[in-house]
Amino acid sequence: MTEPGLEHYLILGALLFTCGVVCMATKRNAIGVLMGVELVLNGATVNFVAFARYNPVFDVEGQIFALFVIVLAAAEAAVALAIVLNFYNNHLTVDVDTAEDLKG
Amino acid sequence: MDLGTTLFYVLALLTGVSAVGVVVTQNIVRAAAFLLFALAGVAGIFFHLGADFVGATQLLVYVGGTLVLVVFGVMLTAQGPFINLRISAVEWALAAGVALVLFGVLAIAVAPGWRTTAPQPPAVAAGDENPASSIVLGEALLGVEKATPWARRRTTQDGPLRADLPAEAQQLTQVTTTNTPAATARGRTRMVYVLPFEIVSVHLLVVLIGAAYLARAKRRRVAPEQLP
Repeated sequence: MTEPGLEHYLILGALLFTCGVVCMATKRNAIGVLMGVELVLNGATVNFVAFARYNPVFDVEGQIFALFVIVLAAAEAAVALAIVLNFYNNHLTVDVDTAEDLKG
Repeated sequence: MDLGTTLFYVLALLTGVSAVGVVVTQNIVRAAAFLLFALAGVAGIFFHLGADFVGATQLLVYVGGTLVLVVFGVMLTAQGPFINLRISAVEWALAAGVALVLFGVLAIAVAPGWRTTAPQPPAVAAGDENPASSIVLGEALLGVEKATPWARRRTTQDGPLRADLPAEAQQLTQVTTTNTPAATARGRTRMVYVLPFEIVSVHLLVVLIGAAYLARAKRRRVAPEQLP
């Protein structure tokens, strides 16, 4: 149990990123995939804020970009949910494996 | 072990366990609950890092907004009782292997053992410790540099901050100005984020209109002769 340094935050961000990627890959529910995207974006945000804390040159920039990531993630979630609801209205399921209308 | 260290490990444990829970649970409602704790834990990490405004935004926008949207999506797309969305054990094993390899690569890349000196946060002099990070962020977003008495980015060799200000206002800025390394680093040419701010706001407007258009209730078109 050492004093937390920059690496501890980066490892936490890596854990969030890995969980998000695996969540995107394994979930068959479209909303589960969306949750994986949220986890990946949170891992990136943790890295941004950690670098903002540990490198004084980026103390404003890291937090600003973290804010932009949060706002854009909200926009992404809104559009993705609209698409999922539209898909559910047409197919009566949210299984991403059945979304093959465009398959040639 | 002081309070800050304990707090970090508690928050990191909460975040990590919840993130793993999102992945391994098969119930989508439980995954949403785990995601709530993971996002709240990340907000706590932000507070622990001294980024109070980002942490508050994370709580308001993510936990209060995005997660509610996701829960609405879960409720509106309720599955039938016989629809099975599980994946096979072979796929689970494959996913676990890929996850271990990916996390191993990322963790080794950032592990402390590879560095001779672990970076520590810069020393903050008394009186220079971020009075309110929202003020600094607001100045950077709006581009109104040194509009507030918290003009901490100026180094002492810059001379008077603004010659046109009255003496007492200059004294006010003098008091809060220190010559720490952090203040010197912040004294460089500052970036101004007005244009990204505007782009993001227009982007949000477009996205809201688009999402409302996509998710609107479809009106069924009924031919006139089919009407009773």
